[in-house]
Amino acid sequence: MNAPRTGTQRRADNLVLANVSRRRFIQGVSALGGFVLGAGFPSALRGADPPKYGADGMPNGWVDDPLVFVAIGEDGTVTIVCHRSEMGQGVRTGMPMIVADELEADWKRVRVAQATGDEKRFGNQDTDGSRSTRHFFDPMRRCGAAARTMLEAAAAARWKVPVTEVEAKNHEVVHRPSGRRLGYGALAKAAASQPVPARETLRLKTPAQFRYIGKGQLKLVDAPDMVTGKAQYGMDTRLDGMLYAVVARPPVYGGKLVRYDATETLKVPGVVRVVEIEASPAPPMFNPLGGVAVIGSNTWAAVQGRRALKIEWEDGPNATYDSAAFKATLEEAARKPGKVVRDDGDFNAGLAGAARRLDAEYYVPHLAHAAMEPPAATVRIVGGKCEVWGCFQSPQATRDMVAKRLGMSAADVTVRVTLLGGGFGRKSKPDFAVEAAVLSKAVDGKPVKVTWTREDDLHHSYFHTVSVEHLEAGVDAQGNPVAWLHRSVAPTIMSTFEKGANHEAPFELGMGVINVPFAIPNIRIENPPATAHTRIGWFRSVSNIPHAFADQSFVAELAAAAGRDPKNFLLDVIGPARMINPQTLGDTWNHGESPERYPVDTGRLRQVLETVAREAGWGRTLPKGRGLGIAAHYSFVTYVATVVEVLVDDKGVVTIPRVDLAVDCGAVVNPERVRAQMEGACVMGISVAMVGEISFKGGRVEQNNFNGYEVTRMSGAPREIRVHLIPGDFAKPLGGVGEPGVPPIPPALCNAIFAATGKRIRRLPIRDQLKA
Amino acid sequence: MTPVTINGRRYTLNLPDDTPLLWALRDELGLTGTKFGCGMALCGACTVHVDGQPLRSCLTPVSAVANKKVVTIEGIGADKVGKAVQAAWVEMGVPQCGYCQTGQIMSATALLKRNPRPSDSDIDDAMSGNICRCGTYVRIRNAIKRTASRQGGVA
Repeated sequence: MNAPRTGTQRRADNLVLANVSRRRFIQGVSALGGFVLGAGFPSALRGADPPKYGADGMPNGWVDDPLVFVAIGEDGTVTIVCHRSEMGQGVRTGMPMIVADELEADWKRVRVAQATGDEKRFGNQDTDGSRSTRHFFDPMRRCGAAARTMLEAAAAARWKVPVTEVEAKNHEVVHRPSGRRLGYGALAKAAASQPVPARETLRLKTPAQFRYIGKGQLKLVDAPDMVTGKAQYGMDTRLDGMLYAVVARPPVYGGKLVRYDATETLKVPGVVRVVEIEASPAPPMFNPLGGVAVIGSNTWAAVQGRRALKIEWEDGPNATYDSAAFKATLEEAARKPGKVVRDDGDFNAGLAGAARRLDAEYYVPHLAHAAMEPPAATVRIVGGKCEVWGCFQSPQATRDMVAKRLGMSAADVTVRVTLLGGGFGRKSKPDFAVEAAVLSKAVDGKPVKVTWTREDDLHHSYFHTVSVEHLEAGVDAQGNPVAWLHRSVAPTIMSTFEKGANHEAPFELGMGVINVPFAIPNIRIENPPATAHTRIGWFRSVSNIPHAFADQSFVAELAAAAGRDPKNFLLDVIGPARMINPQTLGDTWNHGESPERYPVDTGRLRQVLETVAREAGWGRTLPKGRGLGIAAHYSFVTYVATVVEVLVDDKGVVTIPRVDLAVDCGAVVNPERVRAQMEGACVMGISVAMVGEISFKGGRVEQNNFNGYEVTRMSGAPREIRVHLIPGDFAKPLGGVGEPGVPPIPPALCNAIFAATGKRIRRLPIRDQLKA
Repeated sequence: MTPVTINGRRYTLNLPDDTPLLWALRDELGLTGTKFGCGMALCGACTVHVDGQPLRSCLTPVSAVANKKVVTIEGIGADKVGKAVQAAWVEMGVPQCGYCQTGQIMSATALLKRNPRPSDSDIDDAMSGNICRCGTYVRIRNAIKRTASRQGGVA
């Protein structure tokens, strides 16, 4: 363990601890990115193999080799590699913290190094799906424990004492009988030549022995750099001789360049070259959209040069895409029977016997992630080797896509992951890195940074889908639902990977529509077809947003119709505490997790509801114009319930004094960051509900910047957000954190508005629907 | 040729007059702590101080800062209030992705220097031009209040 600069530079090929047979490599598919593989169609791709779950089910699985993740310098500095991308979730603090804890390292002497994109070395790196901690908690613990064991063995050998007499404690190894001590730095070299212990022999800490895990006392490792401007994001890469590029892309998805005239562009001071980027045939996958790039000596020159381009586009098959018309198309589909994806009992019979019928339709428009840092990537090609820098959620997909486009071996492509200025799913798609690669190649390998402007980001996203959710219920004389129909209609993310895909995939249906754990005897879930007319991608919490908005609003509507308290009514709809195998709900996906290890536990769902209601003072008397709304949702194998308090003034302006969230994500590794994630998810949910909308006209996105595509600002954010963590057990599997806070917020907000005003919102965003 | 003082150091910028200060800072001088977010003064990520006033550098041409004193996030720590704001941000765990936070800190510092005890509505007014997509607003508000209560009268 001799002080290498970063752990990523070490060679340990002969010392790989992980059992490779457990990590099946599925060749040729990893270019799609882990999400699709891990989530989309696992059984089809895995053929007759038994299904794999959790990290085992992801491309390249997991690695727990201490020689890959830990390096100790002779000065005692412990370098821990973080192989997942930091985009605000705190993973560069949380993941190394797990290793450091088991390693008995003193956090003050720990440095964090970022892994390059190399999944065979590090295990899956696709930072998506709220998976980092739940998939890598155990492997990272084993890494730390193995390194600790090697240090203890080295000390015992040095002292010639039995290893049972020594113990690693706070960055040194102690010989208990004699009190002798050796620091980690003094032991580093000898420890490195110790064999890596077999996984089965590792002695893991008990939770009572944790020094960092679950404590929340550590500050973010990147915070000092973030607040002083030193932190390096994809946008901040600077290399000697670097050129700066922006790209004019077809304004309509599927459109093509006919001709362009760069005469005026080339007169702009600082413009160096104009380069055409070839479009790829459908499906879009992670390929660039094509277009015309302007390369300059700085970003501004490139932007000015692009403005001066004269371009003729052929708009192609999506030239008439129009959001208002498409809403009507979706509604039409939603009002006819569709593909049945779950059928419990007999919906029609249940409806026929019902005392009363209710129905409602809910609409959620396209959304753009609009991370504060728009996509940016830099590529340099020297001597047959390509280096890529940027804000990538999926560094291996970036590597594979760049290699493919350049006709190089992935082994000759190095992807260096910077900090991400937000990701939210957009930066899982490395189309922007491929653009930079094409342009660097066009200028003989010189470094080129491609910057997306905000307009580029909003016009050419992989948008959150657009959906109509059609709900029907039959209720008995007391207003209790006896029959439930949910028709979900939305273009599928699969359309981005498979031409003509027009039904929601199992992973989309498994996000809160097919797997509703409601105690209703007759449930039918249908999924009529919908055609995509733009690139559809995953947006933080994905299909859970429209599904939760619909079902949590509709339950509240049923409660109102029954004259019942919404919280008690929702608890009754969920029914008694029970474990449900998600497969019995028709959910073959279950967020990629084992149905046995991760059943749907309605007891936990009830508990978050009851907790949040108690903490928020559910039922308290409020002045006129105020209301409380409640919602609960299970996603990413985590249970969240929320109570939103709103104030609607006589002009219809909504303010949000307070939000409470109760979260059960199992045991919590970094409670401080779980709270932060819930606070952020809450604000994003409010943004989706209040103002978020991307619309198309003539195939073009109508919003250009933050004036048209609004997002929640300080003045629209809740004054107070209270997060209530349900204590968990480290012996049980962990849940996701980054995404599950978002889905219950929009319905809880709309339920609160109903409580305050009697007006029911069924179409997002709310924007001026309440204005007098 | 534009003479300008940035973080106490004198520079002569050899760029077209209409070049936004943002790109001069980032691409020419390597001061990448000032962020690009929208290019239209809609998000506040590019906020700097010019002669003590907060300004969106993405719409400020370099010609407009000739002979003026510019302070960026890289220099704000030399200011007592700026340093206190940075410390509060770390202590209270404000940043998530951190990208917008340099602009948030510049706006918050300007607010606290002008108004050492801002009310909630003062904070809304001063900070609503700065977007945080991670949604750290509650912590930003609390960190401003924490700094104000500690700094009482210093600014």
